[in-house]
Amino acid sequence: MSTMTAPDKPESLVPEPTTLVQAKVRWHGPVTAIVLAVLSLVFFGLLTAAGATTTFRVATGGDAIKIDDIVVPSRLTASILSVGALVIAVLALLRSRRRRPVPAWMWVVYGVLIFLALLVWVMAGNDNALPLTLLLTNALGLSVPLVFGALAGLLCERSGVINIAIEGQLLAGAFLAVVVASVTGNAYVGLIAAPLAGALVGACLALFAVRYWVDQIIVGVVLNVLVIGLTNYLFSTVLTANPQTLNSPPRLPTIAVPLLADIPVVGPVLFAHPLTVYLMYIAVAVLQVMVFRSRWGLRMRSVGEHPKAADTVGIKVNRTRVRSTILGSAIAGLGGAALVSAGLAFTKELTSGKGYIALAAMILGRWSPTGALAASLFFGLADALRRVLNNLGSPIPSDILAMLPYLATIFAVAGLVGRVRPPAAEGVPYKK
Amino acid sequence: MSATVQDAPAPAPAPERKPEPDRPSYLQQVLDSTTTTVVVAILIALGLAAVLVVAADAASQDALSYVFARPADFFEAAWNAIYETYSALFRGAIFDYQAEGARRIRPITETMVSSVPLILAGLGLGIGFRSGLFNIGAQGQVLVGAAAAAYLGFTLDLPVVAHVVVACLGAVVAGGIWAGIAGFLKARTGASEVIVTIMLNSIALYLVSYLLTTAVLRQPGSTRPITPPVGENAMMPLLLGSQFRLHAGFLVALLAAVGVWWLMERSTLGFRFRAVGANQDAARTAGINVQRVFVSVMLVAGGLAGLGGAMQILGTDRTFQAGSAGSIGFDAITVALLGRSRPLGTVLAALLFGALRAGSPLMQTAAGTPIDLVLVIQAVIVLLIAAPPLVRELSVIHWAATLFGYDRKKAAA
Amino acid sequence: MRLELQGITKRFGSLVANDGIDLTFEPGQIHALLGENGAGKSTMMNVLYGLYQPDAGQIVVDGQPRTFAGPGDAMAAGIGMVHQHFMLIPVFTVAENVVLGHEPVVGGSLIDLAEARRRVKAISDRFGFAVDPDALVEDLPVGVQQRVEIIKALSRDAQVLILDEPTAVLTPQETDELIGIMRQLKDAGTSIVFITHKLREVRAVADTISVIRRGKVVGTASPESSEVELASLMVGRSVSLAVEKPAAEPGEATFQVRDLTVLDVHGNAVVDGVSFDVHRGEILAIAGVQGNGQTELTETILGLDTPTAGQLLLDGVDLGGKKVHEVIEAGVGFVPEDRSSDGLIASFSIAENLILDMHRSAPFARAGSLSPARVAENAAHRVDEFDIRVRSVQDAVSTLSGGNQQKVVLAREMSRPLRLFVASQPTRGLDVGSIEFVHKRIVAERDNGTPVVIVSTELDEVLALADRIAVMYRGKIIGIVEGGQTADRDVLGLMMAGVPLEQAREQAAGHHTALAAADAVAQAEEGAGPAPTTDEEGTA
Repeated sequence: MSTMTAPDKPESLVPEPTTLVQAKVRWHGPVTAIVLAVLSLVFFGLLTAAGATTTFRVATGGDAIKIDDIVVPSRLTASILSVGALVIAVLALLRSRRRRPVPAWMWVVYGVLIFLALLVWVMAGNDNALPLTLLLTNALGLSVPLVFGALAGLLCERSGVINIAIEGQLLAGAFLAVVVASVTGNAYVGLIAAPLAGALVGACLALFAVRYWVDQIIVGVVLNVLVIGLTNYLFSTVLTANPQTLNSPPRLPTIAVPLLADIPVVGPVLFAHPLTVYLMYIAVAVLQVMVFRSRWGLRMRSVGEHPKAADTVGIKVNRTRVRSTILGSAIAGLGGAALVSAGLAFTKELTSGKGYIALAAMILGRWSPTGALAASLFFGLADALRRVLNNLGSPIPSDILAMLPYLATIFAVAGLVGRVRPPAAEGVPYKK
Repeated sequence: MSATVQDAPAPAPAPERKPEPDRPSYLQQVLDSTTTTVVVAILIALGLAAVLVVAADAASQDALSYVFARPADFFEAAWNAIYETYSALFRGAIFDYQAEGARRIRPITETMVSSVPLILAGLGLGIGFRSGLFNIGAQGQVLVGAAAAAYLGFTLDLPVVAHVVVACLGAVVAGGIWAGIAGFLKARTGASEVIVTIMLNSIALYLVSYLLTTAVLRQPGSTRPITPPVGENAMMPLLLGSQFRLHAGFLVALLAAVGVWWLMERSTLGFRFRAVGANQDAARTAGINVQRVFVSVMLVAGGLAGLGGAMQILGTDRTFQAGSAGSIGFDAITVALLGRSRPLGTVLAALLFGALRAGSPLMQTAAGTPIDLVLVIQAVIVLLIAAPPLVRELSVIHWAATLFGYDRKKAAA
Repeated sequence: MRLELQGITKRFGSLVANDGIDLTFEPGQIHALLGENGAGKSTMMNVLYGLYQPDAGQIVVDGQPRTFAGPGDAMAAGIGMVHQHFMLIPVFTVAENVVLGHEPVVGGSLIDLAEARRRVKAISDRFGFAVDPDALVEDLPVGVQQRVEIIKALSRDAQVLILDEPTAVLTPQETDELIGIMRQLKDAGTSIVFITHKLREVRAVADTISVIRRGKVVGTASPESSEVELASLMVGRSVSLAVEKPAAEPGEATFQVRDLTVLDVHGNAVVDGVSFDVHRGEILAIAGVQGNGQTELTETILGLDTPTAGQLLLDGVDLGGKKVHEVIEAGVGFVPEDRSSDGLIASFSIAENLILDMHRSAPFARAGSLSPARVAENAAHRVDEFDIRVRSVQDAVSTLSGGNQQKVVLAREMSRPLRLFVASQPTRGLDVGSIEFVHKRIVAERDNGTPVVIVSTELDEVLALADRIAVMYRGKIIGIVEGGQTADRDVLGLMMAGVPLEQAREQAAGHHTALAAADAVAQAEEGAGPAPTTDEEGTA
């Protein structure tokens, strides 16, 4: 019995220091980074023909300050960049070994270095100059629908509803944006209408997933088919019959941020875009704070992780899920508007799989807004590079570059580049 | 001693599942049956599509503008639009009563032709669904299968039967490997097959697009991304002469359906597939290697989808291009879902969707209703059958039945 | 706060989980609810916490009848609950978990983390909990997670704190600490409802003890009652379960477990150096409280777990590390603890379930092809032999009652020649008739000359079946005693609580008098009276 007797009084009111749980050393990331850096050194650097040069064009048409093209020796430059990346990867490994987290900036710098090495190699010996500023500007523009799509997926999945229907939500958003902008002659009105279309698709998803417990993956896939069918049908009938009134949307005007837009390179890349880009900045920043720091975000995540626990503290599980799903889907609708912001007319299956790339960006971004942004930028960059290289001619076939996002996602879900952990209760209907 | 003692048998009661005390009435059985759900779902989908047809019909729109003055005009216009659309669909898919001679039955053979790849890919997906694997990747598997069949079809030169068999086998292997990647990753790393197969769809598309720009698949001397036609011997033999496109692939698909039925209902392998699909823990306790089943299921499913792709090339198209797979893979998902993942159901669902496919061109030319209406019908049907309670709530039969004392809550429980 | 349950009845289908429960929880007391697994304790607490609605009866708080539509209402009324399976979000911090649902906010919607930390600290400091508000819950040991649950309840001003099997997952040290915490809470005026089936803990802290069996309150006891008295109250007296069985005629020891150690994913030894022999024609029962390594032991025998060290010798061949189907083919029959999740496939037919682990072998399969005729024929035989009540063997097994489902599992496992039979909780949740049948079949299997291992947490079952009894405690075999008439229930009860054999004998001997008399009376009644019924024979 002696083991059962507890002290009558607490021996101390001062808490003992809690024992630190030894975190597992995370090897995957740094080791993969080192391997990639070495490959980059060998292939992009050392194996490049000696004497080849690479030309970068930084200047854009209307710059105040003229910047000349930059010509660098390809082999040396790519090698230096790769070695730089290698050093960062080794530093990351050392930090991991001491169980200290690797700061995000290290990975950003690493990524930039490897990317530059790739560009140097790609353009080595090419007579054309690579329009770097244009490339980055396009990359950002192309990533915007992906960011909105990934944010949409994130909001749904954080609350426990798998959203495969991002594709359909983007498409519905793009369709309504085009039609409303055409009818009103005002692109901004289209921008306001687009989320409604996304939300409608989201409401269907929520209805079937939360109310009828239909498998969320099935609902998502079928909703995509439904939206494709509907928009195709309406395009072939009413839009084709009245192209002037219904399918000739005005362009969303480019807004140059005063002062900031005049900064060389950074200005045109970041601060001379249509409103959708700035909305994207705001959405990422706001959601990053709201998802992880607000009462709303805490409750939403609790519902996606452990609905029963949320229920026991009085949180309405299904109501939270429905709201998050509709809100997220509305954001995807906005992404659809971003897709046509350049004043594009609607065409059949305009989104061409962007919704699935957005899904991939959400996974690679580990269900966080900033992660989604980073992954979308990566995918946008790959897409922009593909388009630029198509014009300039390059050693990488553009189809192979286009595969990159999908391959990266497979590596991610197979746990080869660190572990991705979806919300625990994702896809499971909550039945009391 | 302050304890009061009561004697009782020690074992504590726990919930026991008892058979339902009273059998549901005949009316309830009919209303709750899968067949009724499917029929009602199809009717609702056709009804919704009719609304779309009227909405896009110019005459109806005109009549709608003065509907309060002369409502009959509107209903007449609407009826005409609906009638034209659906009668054209029927003439294109089943029986063309306006044609002459043998051409009158050509539509039904076209329906059978369109259903071939859907049956095969749908069978594969059905196996996956019953084994607890969500294979969204039939599209990619169909595509690589078609590419492999085309490649073997135009590079080899083999005798009559051998060539087509080799080309088909190549497609089965290619599709199997493509799906097997997802099965292997699921077994080894637990990677979600849903995500991996979605990604593999896109990778397959870019891979064949790339190969179509290289000497591997592209026709020599051409700049178009299209393969040379496959050899005569690699083509599926035609069943009804050159007047009809119906080819032996339809028989292959029916045989495959019988084979899949045997696999799932009569073979030990299928027993394991179903066991894993129904209860992984119990399967593991019974000595079934769940990981291996994942891989096997994907190999079989991918092989069937790949064969479906081969049929598209060797049966009808003859040449391969990036668009050869159309949307077969995604349609096959709806086919498998509508067919409840059962072979017979899959064949019937594929014939239904094949009919919609086959009939839609005539619907477009004769009635001016775009082909895309078919996608809407398809999606609505599948959404509805996935949620039987919704169908019940929507169905008129149900409302009528309520009048006669049918209890929805009881039926839903 | 004075909390009363008046005539609470809760049914699930035909099962009455709570049957007219009347209980009163006085303020500032620790009230223990003692009962076995499945006795209805948790159901009752879920009613009290608003998770279930009672079918009859009412909850009265300070004289006012209340209805709780959900946990929110119960919390508002001052009731807090620490669930057996913690209701914590693993990827949230302690502070986030504590404030979830009643978050302090700044600026309209952002969580005031400083305030959240302060709340955690305030309670944490008051009771001397060492809890870091910023730690992720998933990184914390189970004992600390439980404190987080307590902080969560207290931060909502709980005046009645329900602890549902709080020590089930704790180490002895953590249990001691928890008991200290409970005393402090009581001193601070909080009432505690302590749900458990562990005797020593009840005696250590409870002010009042109510015993629940089969959904009813069957008695009350004071904490001065000895453990032995409490044990008999909780376990009850066997009425009709004595199995007519001839004496065992054990042959050679064909199944030998040698120094078996199994580690869980965290590297803890869940089976810790276990050794025992089982002879042909003998039933060895492994007794013990749930969660002391029995499940892992049986799963390792079947090959679902891999032993870290030691051997499992069946006829001299080591089964350790073999695949499940190899173990099955080696002649091991296995009845899993949880038949619905591990033993049967609910949507499969009865006939299919009867060949689940034999579907590859003759006569059911030939060259990869199943013979439906032989599967059906086999089913007809088994259904007959084991008296399984079915409409058709092609019906889904889920249409059967629990007893008939278990018969399906038994029939399957006993339908092939066995060299070892292992059954875990073979009669859990069954009615008395089915229990008798299952016991008879197990004894028959023994009499065939098969070595039999039974794992059971029911002492009655152990006593009814066992030729020898091994008691498992914290992954170890704490002692092996002879079964049958010589086995002493009180000694076994003490051993299940971790008291070594010799000490247990001494303690039991010291406390025996009162209960020995009760035993004698009970036995006399059994012998003389008519056939015992399954109803409770109230003597209180």
